[in-house]
Amino acid sequence: MSGNIEKVSIVISKGGLADIYPGLIMANGARMEGIEANLFFTFFGLDAIRKGVNAKIKVATVGNPGMHMPTILGAIPGMSAMATMMMSKKMDALDIPPIPEFIELIGETGCEMFGCKATVDMFGLSKEDFVPEMKEIITVGEFYEMSHGGQIIFT
Amino acid sequence: MTSKTIAGVEVEVDAEGFLQKPDQWNEEIAKEIGKEYGVEDLTDRHWMVINFMRNEYLANGAAPSIRALGKKSGVSVKELYQLFPKGPAKLAAKIGGIPKPKGCI
Repeated sequence: MSGNIEKVSIVISKGGLADIYPGLIMANGARMEGIEANLFFTFFGLDAIRKGVNAKIKVATVGNPGMHMPTILGAIPGMSAMATMMMSKKMDALDIPPIPEFIELIGETGCEMFGCKATVDMFGLSKEDFVPEMKEIITVGEFYEMSHGGQIIFT
Repeated sequence: MTSKTIAGVEVEVDAEGFLQKPDQWNEEIAKEIGKEYGVEDLTDRHWMVINFMRNEYLANGAAPSIRALGKKSGVSVKELYQLFPKGPAKLAAKIGGIPKPKGCI
């Protein structure tokens, strides 16, 4: 393999299990290939690095065409919890960790994590609301500066 | 698949330099591959990881994930990246003479 990509900045902009995992897997995968990586969490993607919140993230069973399930069934109480449990089991078998453990693991690989200032302000949050792996709350401008020389991946 | 001579031994490797037959491997080969990929000296900590990977592969037919490495090899994920900066799972597999790890994690 030519190994031309040397750096990636991955944006995680959506909440919900199925929207957070792909970015995390890509960030970890980049580090496994020796590619420099950093993560920028914005809007509901911030849930992935919110203390406590990140342990309770579920699969969306309503408004998620990937579930192949009529909306009315997805809305039944407990459906989202059940889908989450099933998916978590399968992921664990593949050695994909739960989100809080995955964030710790990715932090240990040397991938830096940042929160989006606009969203943090909008939700009335502060640095204490986030896991210690989050290095800083930064502006969009700072994100672009930090991404210099690499590829930006938006998820 | 091609043949290559490493540390005086002819071994079969794939296009990226991963040994295809773990039984063709020895410690001298490990040292030479390490040097080629920027790990000048293999310390006891390196050997812990390399031996763990080899044993897992020989026992299960697959290289362990980075998660399993961090939990079971005795070396944390953080240290793994210090020991093998250019990607610990792949580099330790290469030095340990086992085929390229196939997992995404």
